[in-house]
Amino acid sequence: MNYLDFEKPLAEIEGKAEELRAMARQNSELDIAKEAEALDQKAAGMLRDLYKDLSPWRKCLVARHPDRPHCKDYIDALFSEYTPLAGDRNFADDHAVMGGLARLEDRPVMVIGQEKGHDTKSRIERNFGMARPEGYRKAIRLMEMAHRFGLPVITLVDTPGAYPGKGAEERGQSEAIARATQKCLEIGVPLVSVIIGEGGSGGAVALATANRVAMLEHSVYSVISPEGCASILWKDAEKMREAAEALRLTAQDLRKLGVIDRIIDEPLGGAQRGREETMAAVGAALEAMLGEIEGKAPDKLVSDRQRKFLEMGKKGLAA
Amino acid sequence: MNWITNYVRPRINSLFSRREVPENLWRKCDECGSMLFHRELADNLNVCTNCGHHMPITPRERFKTLFDNGVYSEVKVPEPVADPLHFRDQKRYPDRMKAAQRATGEKEAMLIAEGEVGRTPVVSAAQDFSFMGGSMGMYVGNAIIAACERAVKLGRPLVLFSAAGGARMQEGILSLMQMPRTTVAVQMLREAGLPYIVVLTHPTTGGVTASYAMLGDVQIAEPNALICFAGPRVIEQTIREKLPEGFQRAEYLLDHGMLDRVTHRKDMRDELITILRMLMHQPPAVRGDLPPPEPLTPAEPEPRQAEAGDASETAGEKTDRGTG
Repeated sequence: MNYLDFEKPLAEIEGKAEELRAMARQNSELDIAKEAEALDQKAAGMLRDLYKDLSPWRKCLVARHPDRPHCKDYIDALFSEYTPLAGDRNFADDHAVMGGLARLEDRPVMVIGQEKGHDTKSRIERNFGMARPEGYRKAIRLMEMAHRFGLPVITLVDTPGAYPGKGAEERGQSEAIARATQKCLEIGVPLVSVIIGEGGSGGAVALATANRVAMLEHSVYSVISPEGCASILWKDAEKMREAAEALRLTAQDLRKLGVIDRIIDEPLGGAQRGREETMAAVGAALEAMLGEIEGKAPDKLVSDRQRKFLEMGKKGLAA
Repeated sequence: MNWITNYVRPRINSLFSRREVPENLWRKCDECGSMLFHRELADNLNVCTNCGHHMPITPRERFKTLFDNGVYSEVKVPEPVADPLHFRDQKRYPDRMKAAQRATGEKEAMLIAEGEVGRTPVVSAAQDFSFMGGSMGMYVGNAIIAACERAVKLGRPLVLFSAAGGARMQEGILSLMQMPRTTVAVQMLREAGLPYIVVLTHPTTGGVTASYAMLGDVQIAEPNALICFAGPRVIEQTIREKLPEGFQRAEYLLDHGMLDRVTHRKDMRDELITILRMLMHQPPAVRGDLPPPEPLTPAEPEPRQAEAGDASETAGEKTDRGTG
């Protein structure tokens, strides 16, 4: 279990309880049941308090938690017959974006998402979920294919942002993102999207311009990272807490602004403390969102999607 | 020596002396540092007479030189909700807006106009880098949508001049949502079969490049314009190496296949006319004696109460014919 900075006190108590149990295992005469339970209770109370009202900045940290289920975990848990399809037929295969054919409850779909990796090796291979133009062009290719074969598209968004690198710029990062967004708006099949961790700016929009967009309770979706915003507007990257507050990047605020359609609850203590539960909840949400739009005519799906985004932002947050 | 001589008197003096010498008589070139006389610079379309650097140009200056005889009419842009997030950094967002409005005399970072360019009726949008870095928020989104709707309604091409640092952070996620919103707008033009020409000017970066500014049928850039998604500083911090000379500049992008053309500002108008007339199936432009455009004023389907835009547009046509 990895603990976040703000969970340090919790780590201590849970650690103590664990120590106590370990001691009891070695020495069967020790009676620790009562003490351990007291510690457990204290930890549970603390966890509740910590997560009762997470500040936007803490939500960012939870959204980036290394133990959160990532795209690959969701695909393994929720889909069957997943058949990865690779490459943009142009330059390379970008491992930050994964996708392919799969079945969701027997129904064939195209699933696409950003994968961050779970250890050093896979993180480097996945480039920490930061896609290059090839990744977006692969997504475009898969969406086009889904469109031609009438398969619903499901996207799982989890990226700090598009990769800011030399090659990525040379190969047209901005054009690739623009075209991916455009493709999202063009396809005549249901398109649903879940922000499972970080929705990092344009790199997220390129996959999340969907008929229905859901966010996990502690995920974030923003035009810029709080650190980036703080260093530009506050001229001090350390002001990320203030920036996170001001940017309104939480699922709860985005729901109020009408930018997303639903919030998927996470277990107490975040998705990392109940991975199976979280993934099942995402599965149910996907099913529900698809259910709302499946069976609509292709034209209608496209025009609904376009109108949804045209009308977005008509109202701000209440004063 | 007291408070009055130390503080009050210099303040009063500076107030008066500022009036006597206009500040903007000379402008320094951002690139070569030459001091340029304002009138000469304006005559040269804000291009440095010494090194040819293309300095920012406001939408109004741009339209004045773009449209025939400088005649155009503005297209109204629907007002968005002001300060939707109640954003506050070191300053309140409404205060930053007011400061930008005072400094530029403009309402927001984009201006939409309609008129004729080489007798070809067009709708044009120009982004104003001097207004909060041209940043894209709800208003800019609304402006682009208004421009596309107007172009579709009149059956005209859209010429867009981009200049922006990116999305407007003070509008948070709503500024990000302008990426899909403006993409929908561009889609309207595509569906109507109307040309969409993007002229990228210095600088065009971030979310703006990753949406409407990269979706043109023809992509033209002004020389040496910085055009990118991630800025050079961010990239240098990420990859920890120095970037090559000219990286992310217009010519570099042209070399890497991301643009159709790099065109000097003084040739831009002629080039736009040439391209637009071909895409609109009009006969080639004959300089000095161009036939009037197809739909003449009497061709108007019904004599309705002209909208504000239409009224000045017909006025524009008349002036055009009078002097042409």
